[in-house]
Amino acid sequence: MLDTSKTYDLLVIGGGNAALCAALTAREAGCSVLLLEGAPIDFRGGNTRHTRNLRCMHEGPQDILTDAYPEEEYWQDLLKVTGGLTTEHLARMLISDTSRCRPWMMKHGVRFQPPLGGTLHLSRTNAFFLGGGKALMNAYYDSAERLGIDIHYEAEVVDLEIEGGAFKSATVAYQGAQHKVRAKAVVIACGGFESNLEWLREAWGPPADNFLVRGTPYNRGTVLKMLIAHGAKTISDATQGHCVAIDARSPKYDGGIITRVDAVSLGIVVNKESKRFYDEGEDFWPKRYAIWGRLVAGQPDQIGYSIIDSKAMGKFMPPVYPPIRASSLRELAEKLELSPESLEITIAQFNAAVREGTFDHTIQDDCVTEGLVPPKTHWARKIDTPPYFAYPLRPGITFTYLGVTVDDKSRMLFQDEQPAKNIFAAGEIMAGNVLGKGYLAGIGMSIGTTFGRIAGAEAARYVNG
Amino acid sequence: MSTVETPMKIDELIEEAQKVLRICNACRYCEGYCAVFPALARRLEFNESDVHYLGNLCHNCGSCFYACQFAPPHEFQLNFPRLMARVRGQTYQRYAWPGFLGALYEKNGLAVSLITAGSLGLVIFLMSLFLNAEQMFSAYSDSQGAFYAVIPHNVMAYSFGGVALFVAFALFMGFIRFWPSMGEDLADFASPGPLSEGIGDALVLKNLDGGGEGCTYPTKQKSFARKTFHHFTFYGFMLCFASTSVATYYHYMLNFKAPYPILSLPVLLGVTGGIALLIGTAGLIWVKHQRDPNLAAPEQTGMDVGFLALLFLISLTGLLLLCYRETAMMGSLLAFHLGVVLALFLTMPYGKFVHGLYRGAALVRFHLERRRPVPGVAPE
Repeated sequence: MLDTSKTYDLLVIGGGNAALCAALTAREAGCSVLLLEGAPIDFRGGNTRHTRNLRCMHEGPQDILTDAYPEEEYWQDLLKVTGGLTTEHLARMLISDTSRCRPWMMKHGVRFQPPLGGTLHLSRTNAFFLGGGKALMNAYYDSAERLGIDIHYEAEVVDLEIEGGAFKSATVAYQGAQHKVRAKAVVIACGGFESNLEWLREAWGPPADNFLVRGTPYNRGTVLKMLIAHGAKTISDATQGHCVAIDARSPKYDGGIITRVDAVSLGIVVNKESKRFYDEGEDFWPKRYAIWGRLVAGQPDQIGYSIIDSKAMGKFMPPVYPPIRASSLRELAEKLELSPESLEITIAQFNAAVREGTFDHTIQDDCVTEGLVPPKTHWARKIDTPPYFAYPLRPGITFTYLGVTVDDKSRMLFQDEQPAKNIFAAGEIMAGNVLGKGYLAGIGMSIGTTFGRIAGAEAARYVNG
Repeated sequence: MSTVETPMKIDELIEEAQKVLRICNACRYCEGYCAVFPALARRLEFNESDVHYLGNLCHNCGSCFYACQFAPPHEFQLNFPRLMARVRGQTYQRYAWPGFLGALYEKNGLAVSLITAGSLGLVIFLMSLFLNAEQMFSAYSDSQGAFYAVIPHNVMAYSFGGVALFVAFALFMGFIRFWPSMGEDLADFASPGPLSEGIGDALVLKNLDGGGEGCTYPTKQKSFARKTFHHFTFYGFMLCFASTSVATYYHYMLNFKAPYPILSLPVLLGVTGGIALLIGTAGLIWVKHQRDPNLAAPEQTGMDVGFLALLFLISLTGLLLLCYRETAMMGSLLAFHLGVVLALFLTMPYGKFVHGLYRGAALVRFHLERRRPVPGVAPE
């Protein structure tokens, strides 16, 4: 039962990676900790359930990480994807902490494995969890139970009492009743608002109706809304997030990693008017996959079609849904309900523009188009070998970046730039401080692990005086 | 997308497995747990024989189930261990020889029980042909040949030898049809590298390691309990087999007849093996009873327990026979012991025993395939 008579040292709102990192760190520092997870036990862990690695800085080869990934390179990678929309001192804290967090993770039962099949390109930069993010969450929850953290599932925070810049109590809807829980400090780590369709619609307008939510259905942003109402200084904006192009046939929520389509750079992508709209070969797919969600979101009816011919089949990670297959382009267009004439023209123009060099998908090769708008700058090969295959694409939102601003103690800032005394934020809800836009594979887990541990440690320091 | 709540028809089962394998292939998070995931990642499509291969490569360690973000109650309802258990059930049935006896897998617990009862009856009937009640229930001195006072050696040797030959042939037929169904040449089975690696994996149960911490038996917290009990069972069985082989050698080559002295090799091997089997089988029944029911196909409990119970009874009656062989109970104990041994023999090709055969074949195949380039899939 929820103990409402007790004043905990720390209340942690949320039950994903950042929340558990904060709770475990504070508990290790001697705090009594109450953790409230809004989801049922089977779906605990927010979007962490769907993750598989974290991006780690390291100066030399480690057990499962090859070569080196120095701080400066990590920083440059982050600058590139965010276009400078980041907070340098927080980003540098994050980067240097990722070189130290793995032993702590292993102490709490997380195990690592060599990069998965099809992910060799990440063997230098990303440390993979054995069994993925759900296995990691299971380890953290087991550790939390062993250490005596009080955990409640399906416990949704419906109100926050904040007075004079300080957290007093939270009201929790739990087992059919509302309870007031008190704590000396609070860590808020309950995700973005990606599964709140109304909020997405507010931000994006009608196109949001065609978005799929790749992650958890439980991140509705209710606590974020409360913090904003209490005067928290926000960061990033409601249209920014980690949004990739996923298979249009995926479920509305919770499709996770398997919904991805990695065929884009091997063929072309057209919209419902059978027109290409972006350079499919701009860079290696792992460096570009995260922009395609927004690209598709910008097309009519928010749909795209990745089209390849049989030369490309088998050269990319197999998607979960079978491709739509046809022996001619006309038949393919019919199956996709596109205009056959338009698709044939688009592909004829594309094929005519291809200057085929030596195709090599492992390097930025010299197969390009000439005189075509938009161009395809690598891996351009004629689409001429039947059977032809297509994967329909929709924007798949993983998590949103609109959040609360924090300082280097992971304390939430109010609009007047004053830090809250005892309110800390970690994970998706403050990811926008580092990621103003764009995405870097594995950095979501880095943010949760680093700022979760900082928030837990700083909350403990505040409580312990 | 999929559901694995109730037993399915074979076509549905294969179709379901194909869907699930596609999900796993697009995910691959479980690659570090066992051989199944690297093996499936070599493929883009899964035909029926791939499903049987991967099903038998799965050791039901359970690690992937708890790591799976698509496990129930997720709408994909993905339960990999249970589905693979059902696939194995179909493999056993499909490759059984003669084919019509594959039906014994449909209610295997019942089948094993009935065969056991029949075997006991048969042994007692055979004994009754040769002796009267007084001979059956009198005490014999522990001298050479005392067992053959209640059942003539030739009767025992010919009946059990005949059954053993049939069993070996039936198992061989299962293998010889299963192996090529995976698209492999029979000659390749004997490739020294893959063969020794496959046998090595089986002997150490490498694929029950769940990536290093063991498997999720008896609870979802990983442990090596199941692996340990399986080792007791397997090596206990092998010691008993060695005991029988040495005894056969003594009998025919040295004209040295059972019962053997306590400190003789057959008795020492048999006692050690028998005790190991008691511990191993009791332990396996216990961990299976404790495990998360999600990991198993409930309709297979009879098959699992039937096989383990037979092994347990064989060891128990064998050890009791050793203790009481100079008393009036010897005749009855020998009858009971021979009855359950006969039942084990008869059910070997039609019970859980065959898991070793198909899993061994799948392991060898895994190591063969590992050496080949991945068809079609570019490195990156």
